[in-house]
Amino acid sequence: MAELAIDPHAAPAAAAPEHGEHHDVHATSTGLSNNKMAMWLFLGSECLLFGGLISTYMLYRGRHPKNLGPDQIYDIPFTSVSSFVLLMSSLTMVLAVSSAHRKDLRRMDLWLTVTALLGATFVGGQVYEFTSFYREGLGYTTSLFGSSFYTLTGFHGVHVSLGIVMLMAVVGISRRGRLTGDRAEVVELVGLYWHFVDIVWILIFTLVYLIPS
Amino acid sequence: MSTTTDHADHSEHADRSHPEHDDPAMLVDGAHVIPGEHHGTHSDAFYVQIAVVLAVITAVEVLLSYTVDGPLFLPALLILMTIKFFMVVLFFMHLKFDSKWFSFFFYAGLFLAVGVYLAFLATFKFFVSS
Repeated sequence: MAELAIDPHAAPAAAAPEHGEHHDVHATSTGLSNNKMAMWLFLGSECLLFGGLISTYMLYRGRHPKNLGPDQIYDIPFTSVSSFVLLMSSLTMVLAVSSAHRKDLRRMDLWLTVTALLGATFVGGQVYEFTSFYREGLGYTTSLFGSSFYTLTGFHGVHVSLGIVMLMAVVGISRRGRLTGDRAEVVELVGLYWHFVDIVWILIFTLVYLIPS
Repeated sequence: MSTTTDHADHSEHADRSHPEHDDPAMLVDGAHVIPGEHHGTHSDAFYVQIAVVLAVITAVEVLLSYTVDGPLFLPALLILMTIKFFMVVLFFMHLKFDSKWFSFFFYAGLFLAVGVYLAFLATFKFFVSS
């Protein structure tokens, strides 16, 4: 843990910004951004939430009627395209963060909007998938497989939807001129959340869709 | 390890205090770093390269799920999944270049989840072939 020792020179530098400079510098006991630290703690706790949902699905994926199991209803090509869309949204998100650090607000807005659109495409695909599964006879209470599948992917979909709301909120704030280049951390925090949603889908895509029951 | 706040590095003052940022040819792990920028912020081309690698790995995963059927299928998919996971965490989320505290918070949650749920699945005999 010696690696994690606080740099004694960090706090004074952060604690005494000159007036009019370092708009985002806050005095913290660690010298780190409290907002960023809170976001990483939140994401660490989210690992436990999705870990529980994924392992519950793994446990129940074999509990289904004969014709309504994962091997019968999953549409791998369709889900692969959805996964690709979400993966590319991570690229556009990191480009938005990069633009924010360069204080290029026009491009930042553009990439954030593209990220939100890609996210909306993914959610749209999920709604289509849920609808087609329901039409095939797999309801939420049809089987333990159905319940655990809808709960896991539904929770993920809600996270993506919340991410889209955050992205559009940042774009709105930026358009009103309240997000200056110095406040790139706001975009970075939304980016961390968005990338987390992406890495959860990386796990779900392989563990739920690609590995047969 | 320095835990100097990242905000300070955004300002011109902070950039002048880090002369290595003045070198436009500066490399971090083989990738160009934009001079005067936040630690670990790479050129857009670097991020595109990472995204291309991620897309290729995804394509390989899908291909494997259709073509490979044997003892190597599961380990291969799990390894590819892990590579994708850490590529996003390390490069897109900048954890490789950020404070070790952030890594500690995230990995603590991640490894706690992995440990707890592996134990949970083992308790319900998930790994016992019937």
